[in-house]
Amino acid sequence: MQRIGVFVCWCGSNIAATVDVNAVTETLAKEPGVVYATNYQYMCSESGQNLIKDAIRDQKLTGVVICSCSPRMHEATFRKAAASAGLNPYLVEIANIREQCSWIHKNKEEATEKAIILGRTAIAKVQLNAPLIAGESPVVKRALVIGGGIAGIQTALDIAEAGFEVDIVEKKPTVGGKMTQIDKTFPTLDCSACILTPKMVEVAQNDNIKIYSYSEVEAVKGFVGNFTVSIRKKARYVKEDICTGCGLCTEKCPQKNVPNEFNLGLDTRRAIYIPFAQAVPKVATIDPNYCTKLNTGKCGVCEKICTAGAIDYTQKDEIVEQQYGAIVVATGYNPIKLDNFEEYAYSQSPDVVTSLEFERLMNAAGPTGGVLLRPSDKTHPHTIVFVQCVGSRDVSGCGKPYCSKICCMYTAKHAMLCREKYPDTEVYVFYIDVRTPGKNFDEFYRRAVEEYNVHYIKGMVGKVAPSGGKLKVQASDLLNNEQLHIDADMVVLAAAIEPDKSARPLATMLTASMDTNDFFTEAHPKLRPVESPTAGIYLSGCCQGPKDIPETVSQASACAAKVIGLLAKDKLTCNPCVAHSDELMCNGCSSCANVCPYGAITYVEKEFRQPDRTMLVRRVASVNPAVCQGCGACTVACPSGAMDLFGFSNKQIMAEVDAICK
Amino acid sequence: MQVNDNKDFQPTIVAFCCNWCSYAGADLSGTNRLQYPANVKIIRIPCSCRLNPIFILRAFQRGADGVILCGCHPGDCHYTTGNYYARRRMSLLFSMLDYLGIEKERTRVEWVSAAEGAKFAATMNEFVDAVTKLGRNHRLEDLRCKKQ
Repeated sequence: MQRIGVFVCWCGSNIAATVDVNAVTETLAKEPGVVYATNYQYMCSESGQNLIKDAIRDQKLTGVVICSCSPRMHEATFRKAAASAGLNPYLVEIANIREQCSWIHKNKEEATEKAIILGRTAIAKVQLNAPLIAGESPVVKRALVIGGGIAGIQTALDIAEAGFEVDIVEKKPTVGGKMTQIDKTFPTLDCSACILTPKMVEVAQNDNIKIYSYSEVEAVKGFVGNFTVSIRKKARYVKEDICTGCGLCTEKCPQKNVPNEFNLGLDTRRAIYIPFAQAVPKVATIDPNYCTKLNTGKCGVCEKICTAGAIDYTQKDEIVEQQYGAIVVATGYNPIKLDNFEEYAYSQSPDVVTSLEFERLMNAAGPTGGVLLRPSDKTHPHTIVFVQCVGSRDVSGCGKPYCSKICCMYTAKHAMLCREKYPDTEVYVFYIDVRTPGKNFDEFYRRAVEEYNVHYIKGMVGKVAPSGGKLKVQASDLLNNEQLHIDADMVVLAAAIEPDKSARPLATMLTASMDTNDFFTEAHPKLRPVESPTAGIYLSGCCQGPKDIPETVSQASACAAKVIGLLAKDKLTCNPCVAHSDELMCNGCSSCANVCPYGAITYVEKEFRQPDRTMLVRRVASVNPAVCQGCGACTVACPSGAMDLFGFSNKQIMAEVDAICK
Repeated sequence: MQVNDNKDFQPTIVAFCCNWCSYAGADLSGTNRLQYPANVKIIRIPCSCRLNPIFILRAFQRGADGVILCGCHPGDCHYTTGNYYARRRMSLLFSMLDYLGIEKERTRVEWVSAAEGAKFAATMNEFVDAVTKLGRNHRLEDLRCKKQ
């Protein structure tokens, strides 16, 4: 016979104000199987928990129902309390009478009646609960960081610092990410390369870190603590361990007209290239799309010139399989394509540039050697117009609905740097709002306006028309309510940023969730901001949302702390609410394995004793409880009803349905 | 379709919500104090794909007037593909129920994310209205299940 205890929480007045807790307690006490019912002001408090523990011991309870807030809030708390009193934690059920009752209803009578039904439903379910024991699985003490930008670098360094091995997978030939392309960083204006490159070297030299550059994640299998990842090392046609990075080949290669992606196509590179002087690893890469030797079989200049003998035209992509305990996603961002914004004439004039291109034009290592020249005629621009929010905060569907967060600050930086280097330039910034929340950010923006006399104008640019070497800018000044016509020499567009295109296929591989803008979703927006809802997947940097460098680095370190917490454990407790198959009913039809997203179901040949005492070997399903995540897809697919789910069994759900419909 | 004229009729509605999106969405509508009728009683399931069609039949047999399934948006399933299975199974089941005389308005699948508390409340309000208009469900109700 079941001995069930019912505990009704007032939650201060959150529940008690709209639900008559005494009536609920009295009614539920009369339910079959219930031997004890009480209510208390705060069930989750220490004295509330003690009340439950004492009742479990004194009343020898076999099941506990707590009518309180959402199980998402305190299920773990109450399970722990039950376990400490000697009751299996999975014999606890929660009736959600706060979020799903007292908070949504005003009529006390109605709410009380509903609370009773919800309590009754939980009692009906708990009668059928089975004591479950969570299994354990080992943790592979190695982490994978996908993406080698500043976020990935910082996370990897922090994990390595704690003594765990880390691999970085970077799809480009070098680590460093977007930060390598930036000239100066706000609000301190220190040189981006000067602060980043030492970190890149640190990563390369750390014994605990291995870099897979020019590589991509191909497939992910497994679960938290035990992922198996296939990494495709793309053929760079240069032996990485032999190349010295002398760069001779990159000077002698006859194929000169390859757009240089590091400078965003503002100049050219050779078919064999090292992205930039401080690249890590400093190894040449042959671009197979442009290499004459690879495409026509003739040439071979780089092979002849390489004194180390590192060139290997026969190299093939290589797949490496590696085990990891945790995976960090740090795939970063890209500025959006500006195809939808023809009014700014980006495709019509080379003098209309994006902010990242402008960054290269200002950079000492950039295509112009740090001298600001118009891409069209290589002259100094005298009037520069900056347009903010190009594609950001755009609900029309052309751009992105969110704020890209970093544009206000880098535009202020660009404007300030222009005025400082070339005091004869007139600089206009068109904005919707200037958003500068951050340490020393607003001071920085005010300096741009007050000390450097940058013209900040509230309003949007309507049209940019190239005419006679000038760019005619039509804009509105909303504060003075007038139309402006500016003859500009250059227009700089602060394009919105979006997650890298590789993020969505990666999310599918990782079974991690994403929002509608393809940013990775965090497990809790406030309290678990660096974890994905999928266990063992962590988020670092802009893959989770737009961020500036300081914020990215803090998130990266936070992420590392979470990974270290996981890797420091030897074993993990598994979710015991997994599927299981009744071997006597199973006929081995494979319906369940077909719908299982985790490959948790395998088939085994088993011997069964027939009624006539002969033995029969049959194929039956067997669920690996360490791999099963407990979704229940197989339970419905099973035509013979052999599959069931612990914690949410057919009988339990049916009992709930019955209790509600009574 | 018969139209209900009994003003006092209170339908019994069973809502199955997946643990990761819709149950959290329902919690959010509570946190935001968004009202929806008390007729709706929620059953938590791990994923929308856990919903066996038998549970829906059982609910109608026991006297439910409407059944709604809420899951993560397509593509956002915590278990990657669960809601796709649910969508297919339910479209089959609902057309069969329609054939049996259970009006289409009594059954529904809705995608509610953990952030859509307002959508959850609005959906429930709408669904309860629609079922109230239809009146009591007699078709599949098993009188032997009724308490005397």
